[in-house]
Amino acid sequence: MNPTLAAAGMALTVLITIGLAAYSSRLARTTGDFYVASRSVPAWWNASAISGEYLSAASFLGVAGLIMAGGADAVWFPVGYAVGYVLLLALVAAPLRRSGAYTLPDFCEARLRSSKVRLIASALVVLIGWLYVLPQLQGAGLALQILLDTPTWVGGLLVSITVLVVIVGGGMRSVTLVQGFQYWLKVVAIMVPVLFLLAAWRADASPSALTEAPPTFDDRTTVRIENPITVTVSDPISVDAEGTVDDVVVDGPLTWQPGEHTVAAGSTLVFPEGATVPHLSGVPQLTGVAWGQPLQSGQEHTLYRTFALMFALFLGTMGLPHVLVRFYTNPDGRAARRTALVVIGLVGLFYLAPSVYGMLGRLYAPELLLTGRTDAVVLLLPQATVGGAAGQWLTALVAAGAAAAFLATATGLTVTVAGVLSQDLVGKRVRNPIVSFRIAAAVAVLVPLFLGLVAESLPLARAVSLAFAVAAATFSPLLLLGIWWPRLTDAGAAAGLLLGGTMATVAIAVSTLFPDLSGWPGALLSQPAAWAMPTALFTMVIVSKRTAHRITPGVDRIMIRLHTPEAVGVQRTWTARGLR
Amino acid sequence: MSKPEQRPKRVVITGPRRDVRRRPSRPVTDEIDDQTRVGQVYLRSLIRAQLLLGLSTVALVVVPLIAMPLLFGFVPRIRELQVGPMPLWWVLLGILVYPAILGVGWWYVRQADRNESQFTDLVEGR
Repeated sequence: MNPTLAAAGMALTVLITIGLAAYSSRLARTTGDFYVASRSVPAWWNASAISGEYLSAASFLGVAGLIMAGGADAVWFPVGYAVGYVLLLALVAAPLRRSGAYTLPDFCEARLRSSKVRLIASALVVLIGWLYVLPQLQGAGLALQILLDTPTWVGGLLVSITVLVVIVGGGMRSVTLVQGFQYWLKVVAIMVPVLFLLAAWRADASPSALTEAPPTFDDRTTVRIENPITVTVSDPISVDAEGTVDDVVVDGPLTWQPGEHTVAAGSTLVFPEGATVPHLSGVPQLTGVAWGQPLQSGQEHTLYRTFALMFALFLGTMGLPHVLVRFYTNPDGRAARRTALVVIGLVGLFYLAPSVYGMLGRLYAPELLLTGRTDAVVLLLPQATVGGAAGQWLTALVAAGAAAAFLATATGLTVTVAGVLSQDLVGKRVRNPIVSFRIAAAVAVLVPLFLGLVAESLPLARAVSLAFAVAAATFSPLLLLGIWWPRLTDAGAAAGLLLGGTMATVAIAVSTLFPDLSGWPGALLSQPAAWAMPTALFTMVIVSKRTAHRITPGVDRIMIRLHTPEAVGVQRTWTARGLR
Repeated sequence: MSKPEQRPKRVVITGPRRDVRRRPSRPVTDEIDDQTRVGQVYLRSLIRAQLLLGLSTVALVVVPLIAMPLLFGFVPRIRELQVGPMPLWWVLLGILVYPAILGVGWWYVRQADRNESQFTDLVEGR
């Protein structure tokens, strides 16, 4: 691989990002500019920005990796990421825009008139934001390590610095321009290689991925092991190894018997042509046929996991703070609906690609199933399949797209987290709102950067689905009830947010710290949204009914504002006393 | 023209009634603003229509998707179906699902706009 071209691709993305930010920051003048770009963004461009912000490292790298490893069951990741916008469109978009609030905590305060609920919502925004940024930084680390051979922390650090430069430069106006550009860059970067990959595959006589046997090495294959791994071998296999295998220093041929084998970092393994690929322990070794069909992975409670994942992704999207904040940049409720509709189209277009990478990855880069780094399949496949100079240029293109992916999402999340931090924490101490926003942005970047250094890394798309689970268990019931049910009280909302947030967070923490949990506890804890969201919803309803005397004063006026079209000449301002 | 009914019908002609003063009609927007019963009825009907539409849209997308793993998981014959070289599962969930949700979304936006225009016409008295 030629690292110079790939580095150039990424560097170009970073430079254009900073350049666009600098250009548009000259337009950003007032505090309003910083937060919502003065609501003057056209619907299709706003939709591009939302999609650009949404398609993160998890979508660009992670989805293809999960499909490569998990097959038919993993299609729920891209489908869920896209379908979430249907729920957002049909139940949330227009009323949320009409509420006129800047952020989710603003919505809580406006709808429930409670500064306590606002504070809980702020804390949740920060929590979800950080949970979501973390895999972006890890994705950056992975991409740079694979393409340029740098230590894993370098990528995260570079992304953090770029994000800070962009945000401190111009606030959301520059972010809107930058992210609209980044959506189109990502689509081109993932779609153009697909055409070349499919052409190369056809030139190779279109081998089927749906084989009767697990993946094999087509040629004699050399695999360098970057991180220590444990692999599971099903049939005896001969390996030429150099390094430390099963805690013994080796240099030469050896035979692996069925069972588990450990390989230390820095070792090199050479597999003969036609050998079955040993899989990383924990990655199911699937035949091509089982890979292509749903519910065949042999994992426990696959059906529950499938439905719970659907639940988290469908409902979590509407509760993602960095997505919602974008709807305030629409001029009115109708425009918000149009924006959401365009997003469904743009995001869906993008998600046509990852399955192709996943399928071809099993044919042309099966060693990733051994190293467990299937997240790298998008980056490695152009070189492995197309090869030559074309392969190098395509690698540079996907590298540029990957850089856009983690930059866009990390920027959007940091703006949102910084907005909340500066309004609710820093803003009380620092008078100048722009200074306080910049201080908050620095805090919002540094914390996940530090966490990334100590945290264990999960597959990217899986890590992101945890953020979706927390969003589904907290903001999703809050928005649904807050918009459609006038009798939601501040006490009910607070109880549901706290319970749902705590349950989802604890479940995620336990299942991350103890990844070997099996049976129902393992399934329930690793996919908490399916039970935490209904619990939070019912808690909100029951506590609200018990505290009916606390129904928000003037709630009818709030409902008028949320649901009447802007064309109707009704009083749209709301005050604590309800009227005029 | 029929012959037996040549005679014109009798009609009553009167001047405008002057004994009752017409009440100036009150715009519905004021009813809503003052949160009267009438205003609430109008608003509730709009909210109910939009909620019903939203939930129908969600059901239209989510119910078939929930049915997929059940169908494919428990009916092996469906699992074997292919479209050309591609298994049906991948055709449906790798490709067709995206234009499908875009279509449903487009339908929703049209209907939601229509509900709102009707409401606007109603309360503005057009």
